[in-house]
Amino acid sequence: MAKQILIAGFGGQGVLFSGKFLAYEGLLEDKEVSWLPSYGPEMRGGTANCSIIISDTKIGSPIVNNPDILIAMNAPSLEKYEDATNAGGVIISDNSLIEKKVAREDVEAYYIPATKLASDENLPGLANMIMIGYMIKKTGIIPYENVEAAMKKVVSAKKQNLFDLNMKAVELGYNYAE
Amino acid sequence: MSEKVLMKGNEAMAEAAIMAGCKHYFGYPITPQTEAAAYMAKRMPKLDGGVFLQAESEIAAINMVIGVASTGKRVMTSSSSPGIALKSEGLSYLAGCDLPALVINVQRGGPGLGSIQPSQSDYFHATRGAGHGDFHMIILAPASVQEMVDLTFKGFDLGDKYRMTTMILADGTMGQMMEPVSLDMGEVKEYDKSWALTGTKGERKPNIVNSLFMLPADLEKYNFERYEKYKLIEENEVMYDEYMMDDAEICIVAFGVAARVSQNAIDEARKQGIKVGMIRPITLWPFPKKVLNSAADKVKAFVSVELNMGQMIEDVELATRCKKPVLLCNRAGGVIPTTEDVMSKIIEANEIGGAN
Repeated sequence: MAKQILIAGFGGQGVLFSGKFLAYEGLLEDKEVSWLPSYGPEMRGGTANCSIIISDTKIGSPIVNNPDILIAMNAPSLEKYEDATNAGGVIISDNSLIEKKVAREDVEAYYIPATKLASDENLPGLANMIMIGYMIKKTGIIPYENVEAAMKKVVSAKKQNLFDLNMKAVELGYNYAE
Repeated sequence: MSEKVLMKGNEAMAEAAIMAGCKHYFGYPITPQTEAAAYMAKRMPKLDGGVFLQAESEIAAINMVIGVASTGKRVMTSSSSPGIALKSEGLSYLAGCDLPALVINVQRGGPGLGSIQPSQSDYFHATRGAGHGDFHMIILAPASVQEMVDLTFKGFDLGDKYRMTTMILADGTMGQMMEPVSLDMGEVKEYDKSWALTGTKGERKPNIVNSLFMLPADLEKYNFERYEKYKLIEENEVMYDEYMMDDAEICIVAFGVAARVSQNAIDEARKQGIKVGMIRPITLWPFPKKVLNSAADKVKAFVSVELNMGQMIEDVELATRCKKPVLLCNRAGGVIPTTEDVMSKIIEANEIGGAN
């Protein structure tokens, strides 16, 4: 089974980093994984996105056009990818930045004020990881136990402070109750 | 086996080059291959005798490559489409001097400055017209980050074995994406470099590396000799991969990211009962002519999937001697075909091919 994940937001919101974290989570589970960033003009203003595929079998195209899981970190991203999301899929939306509700009725929609939480909890720039934590809780796509091991792969051991903040953000998202 | 790590194609390829014993990198930044140069800038100065040099232009970089190549040391440059075009003269000189070198092209849309998005529109340039004069380069087309690594390593070996340039013809997707890779490359092989310019130390006759011949008959002789070598390569070095070809009635031909997308379409079509498979050339020159020609006796149609206006399709038609129709499924300018694009061509091929 292959899970196609699309993380989309503004450049600078940590879209690519959180995608890399997810890819490592998959790798630790011995899955096939791919990670593909948008590197075009869109990352120089407007929406940046990142395609991640976690699969039991060899991955064909690394491009996610129709996500099973969409993490929308700003309004243009939800606008752009809501319709493309697969029926039965999951949309996670940062409702501190996106006023609009998900209109689709054939997807599961979840809302978390990640940007607000990040600022309230003094986790600057870590709305991305709060959303990842929440997504793990809602989808069960990867076991929560692996979070620490995956984090060690993406945050250098020399940056203990950053490591702790990222872990705290994932935890915050994971334990978020509406 | 060593632990797998997640790496970007550009960086993995650069590390593979270092593991293959390449200590000389010359380049000039251009999207979407810049990570390769950045990686080399970080790594090379830490190696004993390692050289990273950002040249003043692509033309300067390829001429530096010629200089190092003539000493028999492993050397490389990397760029993307417009930058590779600038290197064309140097590629011809490398061929004329029979020098081994590795050149990486992480293709983007063209012509002109084009776009920075993935493309395969330098297929003709790589396989037909990389520069003036009669010559070929060995062209390797990776379809995964692991192949970016494996083919880089192999590319140096092929270059040394045949004294010629190997080009990795990748695309923006291959350069930018991350996949798990094993960097367990094994031993670096040694090759005869008795032709190299290493200084005679007064002990031997000077070696000469040169591509200028005043007498046409001399130049003709070298050209014929070189093409004898090319024949050997065509016989011995063809690489390709087959996917679901055993009972296939339609054969997709695709390389690089086009092959990855095609794999999805094949899986989808198989669910609908359409018998479709794929032959994926890994060497674009030498092109896998024999296997395609044999396939033409079994399938009812071919579909060439490309990120250009239809370039490899000519090689498919030549290889199959037009025994069966060859359809084109293409997007251009930096647009990647979708699974649906390929699916609709498979369905079309299934219909026009008639019942078996």
